[in-house]
Amino acid sequence: MAIPTHAPDDGFVQLLTPEGERVDNPDFPLDISDDEIRALYRDLVLVRRIDAEATALQRQGELGLWAQLLGQEAAQVGAGRALVPGDMAFPTYREHGVAWCRGVDPLTLLGLFRGTTNGGWDPEEHGFALYTIVIGDQCPQAVGYAMGLQHDRAENAVMVFFGDGASSQGDVNESFIWASVFNAPVVFFCQNNQWAISEPLERQTRIPLFQRAWGFGFPGVRIDGNDVLACLAVSRHMLQRAREGAGPALIEAFTYRMGAHTTSDDPTRYRLDSDVEAWRLRDPLERVRSYLHKQQLVDQSFFTELDDEAEQLAERLRAGTRALPNPLPTDMFDQAYAEPHAVVDRQRAEFSQYLSGFAPEEV
Amino acid sequence: MAETLTLAKAINAGLRRSLERDSKVVLMGEDIGRLGGVFRVTDGLQKDFGEDRVIDTPLAESSIVGAAIGMAMRGYRPVVEIQFDGFVYVAFDQIVSQLAKMHARSSGQVKVPVTVRIPYGGGIGAVEHHSESPEAYFAHTAGLRVVTPSNPVDGFHLVQQAIACDDPVVFLEPKRRYWDKAEVDASAAPPLPMGSARVVRAGLALTLVAYGPMVRTCLEAAAAAESDGTSIEVVDLRSLSPLDLDTVVQSVRRTGRCVVAHEASVFLGMAAEVAAAVAQECFYELESPVLRVGGFHTPYPPSRLEGHYLPDLDRVLDTVDRALAY
Repeated sequence: MAIPTHAPDDGFVQLLTPEGERVDNPDFPLDISDDEIRALYRDLVLVRRIDAEATALQRQGELGLWAQLLGQEAAQVGAGRALVPGDMAFPTYREHGVAWCRGVDPLTLLGLFRGTTNGGWDPEEHGFALYTIVIGDQCPQAVGYAMGLQHDRAENAVMVFFGDGASSQGDVNESFIWASVFNAPVVFFCQNNQWAISEPLERQTRIPLFQRAWGFGFPGVRIDGNDVLACLAVSRHMLQRAREGAGPALIEAFTYRMGAHTTSDDPTRYRLDSDVEAWRLRDPLERVRSYLHKQQLVDQSFFTELDDEAEQLAERLRAGTRALPNPLPTDMFDQAYAEPHAVVDRQRAEFSQYLSGFAPEEV
Repeated sequence: MAETLTLAKAINAGLRRSLERDSKVVLMGEDIGRLGGVFRVTDGLQKDFGEDRVIDTPLAESSIVGAAIGMAMRGYRPVVEIQFDGFVYVAFDQIVSQLAKMHARSSGQVKVPVTVRIPYGGGIGAVEHHSESPEAYFAHTAGLRVVTPSNPVDGFHLVQQAIACDDPVVFLEPKRRYWDKAEVDASAAPPLPMGSARVVRAGLALTLVAYGPMVRTCLEAAAAAESDGTSIEVVDLRSLSPLDLDTVVQSVRRTGRCVVAHEASVFLGMAAEVAAAVAQECFYELESPVLRVGGFHTPYPPSRLEGHYLPDLDRVLDTVDRALAY
């Protein structure tokens, strides 16, 4: 497959306008059935519902924190659905939509934010690595995993997620170099949501982020991150390139963090409501909804059934979160090392002895 | 003109005072400008001192410290904020290999008066990497000074002393105590030099040594013990490098018993150093071995377990009881 040669001043790739009109891009043709588009819309709606429900659960005190993805559903669903079995995704802590596409139960994510676990899923089972909170740390790991695939002659690729803020980290830039010199099958998927907590994009870069790719020796492309079709098409293209041995690529999904950085953040301190409103017109769900309507691909029962499904999912999350079992105090000792460790064993014994002095309900 | 301030606001007042008094003081960090820091410790400072002196940096901790070193070489006195304890490891190389060693490497010719502010410790129900206690790494590194306030008054003065110091100082802020309040008299002279410990509660039967977030826990433990008729002395170390061993040793010589508490893992933690020094200096006065209470040799657990990981009142008193039972 030919490497698209995008000049650094190219605009972004868009296949579905905010008004719901399909447009073609010769570099990134998308062969997609109506069923697939309906399925993407379902993903978008359910992922948004997971996010809304988790935010509400945090407000109710059921979660310690929640990192909202509102506005980034298309980027995550488009990228997530481009991955195939055997591919591996390396997320940040906001990739709830990718997690959904990889079959990770959202309830597991809620456990992490409730504080019952620091992970909770098997990365290999889902092709979805653990969430990474320290900014950018997952990027070199993704390259290493891709090098493993390469050594195994596996016909798969890795996609690593990070944000505009992370693009400043040394680890991220080092991972670009590694991926390039080893021609590793890894796609860097940057969700540029314009904000690193309170810092605007201008604090991280003077040029469009995707243009950095050329300096490292691989192609970069900016896509409309609120257009699920563009995200799917370009992700598929770049992943396939990587699987076929053509090496890494950088995708900059141009999007917007509609919510706060996390539920601990107060964005009214640093950005204008009018900016947020302008992005509301570019909503990732509305354009697909409008397309489905205009093309008469759905009837009202489609939306009603989807609403019902979202409601059932929300109910399951509400009840499931409250029912998540607390970990056992001894878990922390049991999970620290893979093999017995004398210091930990002694501390576990002493602490168990200490706990046995309390009535069970006090522990 | 004393004023009731939280620890966060007291440190903010200390930073403000330093910015006013020395035009070479600059603040750098992530989200410290318009947002005022995620804990609002730098709230209002960019508005009052400008974007040249209160600088929002790119998201790159290694460069935050590295750039601070360069600015210090140019005659500035940078105060950098690492947003959370778990993010300082990204800057570890710059701190350990460069910041700590620059003075010695230059045969004493280059001073790097950089203050590295880090909110540290657990107890706020945070997600991973937001509850670390990395103090031993830094205290173990020659060339760094390490201090930690336990209360607003010390927060106000210590941060100014750290900034004024010609050596690099790691300034550890106990984040779960940010909202603790006290009367702070901004016109008063600093009550103690930066490197001094303080006896924060006098007692007779045992010396309880703590610092940062554990000082309040230990004071509460001492109060609880007193209601049971046991008189406990509490020492707030305030400085972890250097350690003010004189204050600790004098206390233990009076009480004959010593317990050291911290949130960090006790394995090779600060308490190990204190215990070794006390054993050496107070061998003939000790009525019991020096005991330690603190975190375990496990990664900091998910927040639902942090109540077990952190030494609380009960675990401190349990350790005190074991020391008294000898």
